[in-house]
Amino acid sequence: MDAPVTEVFRQHLIDPEICIRCNTCEETCPIGAISHDARNYVVDPAKCENCTACIAPCPTGAIDSWRQVPRASAYSLAEQLGWDTLPPQRELPAAAASSEMPPEVARIVADATEGQGGAAPPPWSAAHPYVNLHSVAKPAIATVSGNFRLTGEDASSDVRHIVLDFGPVAFPVLEGQTIGVLPPGTDAHGRPHHPRLYSVASPREGERPRYNNLALTVKRVTEDHDGTPMRGVASNHLCDLAKGDTVKVIGPFGTSFLMPNHPGANLLMVCTGTGSAPMRAMTERRRRRIALNEGGTLMLFFGARREEELPYFGPLLKLPKDFIDINFAFSRSPGEPKRYVQDRIRERGADVARLIADPDTFVYICGLKGMEDGVAQAFADVCRAHGHDWETLLPALRQQGRYHLETY
Amino acid sequence: MINYDEKIPNNVGLADNRTLQRALEHWQPEFQSWWADMGPEGTTNHDVYLRTAISVDPKGWAHFDYVKMPDYRWGIFLAPAEAGRKVNFGAHKGEAAWQDVPGEYRPNLRRLIVTQGDTEPASVEQQRHLGLTAPSLYDLRNLFQVNVEEGRHLWAMVYLLHAYFGRDGREEAEALLERRSGDADNPRILGAFNEKTPDWLSFFMFTYFTDRDGKYQLASLAESGFDPLARTCRFMLTEEAHHMFVGESGVGRVIQRTCDAMNELRTDDPAKLRAAGVIDLPTIQRYLNFHFSVTMDLFGADVSSNAATFYSTGLKGRFDETKIGDDHLLAGASYPVLEVRGGALQAVEVPALNALNEKLRDDYIRDAAAGVERWNRIPEKAGIPFRLRVPHKAFHRKIGPLAAVHVDPDGHVVDAATWAKHEREWLPSAEDRAFVASLMGRVAEPGRFANWIAPPARGINNQPVDFAYVRFG
Repeated sequence: MDAPVTEVFRQHLIDPEICIRCNTCEETCPIGAISHDARNYVVDPAKCENCTACIAPCPTGAIDSWRQVPRASAYSLAEQLGWDTLPPQRELPAAAASSEMPPEVARIVADATEGQGGAAPPPWSAAHPYVNLHSVAKPAIATVSGNFRLTGEDASSDVRHIVLDFGPVAFPVLEGQTIGVLPPGTDAHGRPHHPRLYSVASPREGERPRYNNLALTVKRVTEDHDGTPMRGVASNHLCDLAKGDTVKVIGPFGTSFLMPNHPGANLLMVCTGTGSAPMRAMTERRRRRIALNEGGTLMLFFGARREEELPYFGPLLKLPKDFIDINFAFSRSPGEPKRYVQDRIRERGADVARLIADPDTFVYICGLKGMEDGVAQAFADVCRAHGHDWETLLPALRQQGRYHLETY
Repeated sequence: MINYDEKIPNNVGLADNRTLQRALEHWQPEFQSWWADMGPEGTTNHDVYLRTAISVDPKGWAHFDYVKMPDYRWGIFLAPAEAGRKVNFGAHKGEAAWQDVPGEYRPNLRRLIVTQGDTEPASVEQQRHLGLTAPSLYDLRNLFQVNVEEGRHLWAMVYLLHAYFGRDGREEAEALLERRSGDADNPRILGAFNEKTPDWLSFFMFTYFTDRDGKYQLASLAESGFDPLARTCRFMLTEEAHHMFVGESGVGRVIQRTCDAMNELRTDDPAKLRAAGVIDLPTIQRYLNFHFSVTMDLFGADVSSNAATFYSTGLKGRFDETKIGDDHLLAGASYPVLEVRGGALQAVEVPALNALNEKLRDDYIRDAAAGVERWNRIPEKAGIPFRLRVPHKAFHRKIGPLAAVHVDPDGHVVDAATWAKHEREWLPSAEDRAFVASLMGRVAEPGRFANWIAPPARGINNQPVDFAYVRFG
């Protein structure tokens, strides 16, 4: 039997060394979770809902203090009232599982799911994920067991398939989950780099079944969204790793972008570039179970500039046609008109509309932010053309955990 | 015609209130002209990284961006109304809070608002020249933030005068722009606001001690049965917090730098420390004594029938009134105040209603002294056996019966000769002030700090300490 997992949460605290006892936090807190005595201002862990309403009004930043703490031994009000300084982060029990993400990760996730109004519920039949097993304070150390270039040598982008081996360290993942990578070194202000999130590209049993490993799809970042040259700290760190090198990893994260487990479920997948990672994980999961004849349709729309820049192009072409319905869209193929995923969705309107209207279909969209509106518009158009109402369908899809979007 | 909703963010329905608009249309150019004359000197072209309130909800009231100070959007904000709020103390306890001014209390309410309002432009005037000697861009930005918020607090009080006090209110609002801090003919109403703020140590002491008086006065007015005043003050309190932060962290950084120098030079000799360009701890103690005692006077006479009237009539409550577990009428209650009897200070019980100033002063002292203890952790950590402390509340008083006697920092009544002999140990001398003044020189390079002050522990709004908090246009 598994040992009971200690739940760890981010306890909201006030740094008594910096706090000037101005009362704005107590005044601002909408639920009365903050109180004070003659010595300190304190946050009641039983009441605080981490709404962060108190953060902006605090003139000192003292209120923006957090500690990962096992729920069972949260700092009590009496303890906090006696402090002169904030206690250091305690060692957490090895079996600790945090119920909450580090703030930087939460920010990235909020940003990625903004287009659908925050994370949707997972599919009803999704497996239960493990999350936050490894924190910034106690990351897992993984060893690189492979680093392969996926894009052609003459392609403008360097996209890599990187396999990380966790050895004896527990790092269970599900398709669609992400992990955080902690780049070594510090930023321009001498602070440790923030973690960067990457979708897992392998299925739950690992890149190589029965080995404790997983794969990432990483594009070397050499310019920002506006095309200004810049060197992505984490992506370059990962792309430069050689076999045998080690990486600090946190997570896993993600309780929403998960695949259904029930037989007969359809997957409608739309992605561009490295947004293909979770699609590869899900496709690979289903491929490994082909012999079980579970049914269900897989339909993939995959966009890239040219086929040389499309990760996993070769392996995708080898998949049986009756297993997955693949639709490529290339926007820079020489001598051909530009085609985007939304164009291909429209071309396949009848099949897309049929799939969307099927209650067993689950939609996954992953890639650059710019694709969101075009894809949604294409879905709306094909629905309209085939007698369905997208405006009614979309809220239902979201509510039922059947529409998942992660864009960056 | 000014588009007020755009120019003056507000939640008082300014666009729909023609009378109020007309009053402010007249007052606004005078305010701008006063700001040009008396606001921070030579700064109209600076881009300052300021916090501007654009609404009262937590997300809207701390909006950070570069702003030229004359373009700062001085808004009129009242904290959200509390449904079913009551008058919580005094003879009207239990009645619905007043949304308009009760006729019989009109003069007293006006007086309270004018007195509070007068302190706001006074602070700006006192700080007018400090921009020229800021020890860093970070500090310069904080000074400007304090200034624009003092300006906004003036707007808040002028809003009340214009919206609720008719012609009298308009005249009082004009007079607020006519008085001048330290002017012999037309000074500011309260003494401390006529003192000079000649250097940055004084500024930090002022924002720590005197703005903390603001916290207690505003908190008492925030309990008022006159709901618009209560809501106005409640929102002002959120901004006052930044001012106290500037003071508390500012003095702390001066102490830190001095302690660092004491350990580097292995000395506690003030002369050697002064030669090294830092402010010795005894001088910091003398500045503290001065600002603390001047602020003591701001609470008014120890026994005051005015304070009793303000309380009984529901106009001004106590600090944390609604959290105090008594009858909120103070019938028959007593409170100790100090008197000189037989050549010594002695506590005598007087009716609590008449001792409300003293009660507020005592609440304040506890708060102010606790912060001084936080400062003391700095020498403590540096292994330096020096402790700062607040002087006795009867020390160096200029208001009330205690003004007639000399009291030393420990609370002993002393004769004039003894006072004269020790005054230089207890209060900053002309030499002290001249020395501190000699250290003042502008540092305007991001991330650099004057020698006499340590950098802050963290930047404003999570920006790095070397952020360009002010860009010179």
